[in-house]
Amino acid sequence: MAVTVKIPAQLRAVTDGEGEVEVEGSTVGEALDAVFDEYDDLRERITEDGGLRRFVNVYVSGEDIRFRDGLETELADGDEVTILPAVAGG
Amino acid sequence: MAPEALVCKECDATYPLEARYVCEECFGPLDVKYDFSDLDPSESRRKIQAGSRGIWRYADFLPFAERPRDPLEPGLTPLIRAERLAERLGLRELWVKNDAANPTHSFKDRVVAVALAKARELGFTTVACASTGNLANAVAAHAAASGLDSYVFVPSDLEEQKLLATGVYGTRLVGVKGNYDDVNRLCTQLCETRPWAFVNVNLRPYYSQGSKTLAFETVEQLGWSLPDRIVGPVASGSLFTKLGRGFSEWIDLGLVEGELPSFNGAQAQGCSPVATAFAEGRDFCVPQRPDTIAKSLAIGDPADGPYALDLARNSGGAIDSVTDDEIRSGIRLLAETTGIFTETAGGVTVATLAKLADRGDIDRDERVVAYITGEGLKTLDATRDGFEMYEIEPTLEGFEAEFEAVAAAS
Repeated sequence: MAVTVKIPAQLRAVTDGEGEVEVEGSTVGEALDAVFDEYDDLRERITEDGGLRRFVNVYVSGEDIRFRDGLETELADGDEVTILPAVAGG
Repeated sequence: MAPEALVCKECDATYPLEARYVCEECFGPLDVKYDFSDLDPSESRRKIQAGSRGIWRYADFLPFAERPRDPLEPGLTPLIRAERLAERLGLRELWVKNDAANPTHSFKDRVVAVALAKARELGFTTVACASTGNLANAVAAHAAASGLDSYVFVPSDLEEQKLLATGVYGTRLVGVKGNYDDVNRLCTQLCETRPWAFVNVNLRPYYSQGSKTLAFETVEQLGWSLPDRIVGPVASGSLFTKLGRGFSEWIDLGLVEGELPSFNGAQAQGCSPVATAFAEGRDFCVPQRPDTIAKSLAIGDPADGPYALDLARNSGGAIDSVTDDEIRSGIRLLAETTGIFTETAGGVTVATLAKLADRGDIDRDERVVAYITGEGLKTLDATRDGFEMYEIEPTLEGFEAEFEAVAAAS
């Protein structure tokens, strides 16, 4: 599946300023791994022990992946995977 | 005394005092770090007591080099000894901090006053927020008072009273078809594309500092002493954790002597990600889809959830949840015993307090403070069926016919 991963402003220092990355992946985990292959520093910033750090939220088409299957959430062609900080609001 | 830097709560990376809220190293939340090295506790107490009649009397503990100008200063709300409520619950010393007595009738005036002062200092001309209602009222009002443009984002199904009490100030009120967590996500995204000060997104480190003033006032109003236990609502966990920070800061600096109070958090069962994590012994929250009448607390993905859990556990407290019926009863219990009419969030707090007392979790000799954070007139539906009205003809006979039995008995 060809999907778009949206990178938040706070992480663009490690993606050469890119805010969107086109990758292949059939799950959210695979898509993120494909982004990490391209930008290795990103992995360390948002993951820990193989999972996402606790202040990282990931959405597929606006829905928090924790309401679906987390990193195993399946993707369809053209899906948008959005990474956002989980430290706003309230 | 001065704010020094923004510091990451997770990895201690530091950043300049700008409009930023996320650590670029680990994505953790940023907080304000101060230099209190030249603080003299007794001189500081004197200065506070000679200060203004609101939150700016604590300006030395807020993130500004100089006290900002504020046209709508909130704070110094009443701390009331609630003897009748204490008696009903079998407690000895119970106090109610009535923070509905603020300019827009909730504690949000405190955080917004701080955030908007920072927005002006940083040169913003437009402010915005993601709100469950009370924050919407406060941002719209304080922006109007300061002459700033504002955009207020809320779930579109909010209580009518909260929409009306926002729109009246002339803000751009945006009802988002979704729940608060959708509003919050949208605002986090908008924050990247608009040159605005989102009070609870890119200004959140400053904004949250305003909640410390509730702890400072409590200490001052208790004659420079501490409660043994506090009970307060938990939505994002920001107010709850910053109450803790306020008490700790003053204990560490020697402005007050004693131990950090036990912290009891209150959530609605229909949106209880923090209470659930507490009960299950987890240090992280699993998000929920809110379904409760306590809309002001309906945050399914609480940003400060992990820190609220830490605070409750480390202080010998807990995080509990109560049902919608218990919330309605809590509103009535507070009204009938103290004369304070609170919104659903206050109902959550009072119902949780009653539950703790009933369970025997509160020693009889403890000094307890309950935080009432908002006004009952904002959530009228929650009280609609709680009483009856007698309708009579405008004559003595009309009254006697209705109340004959009552009159004879008394």
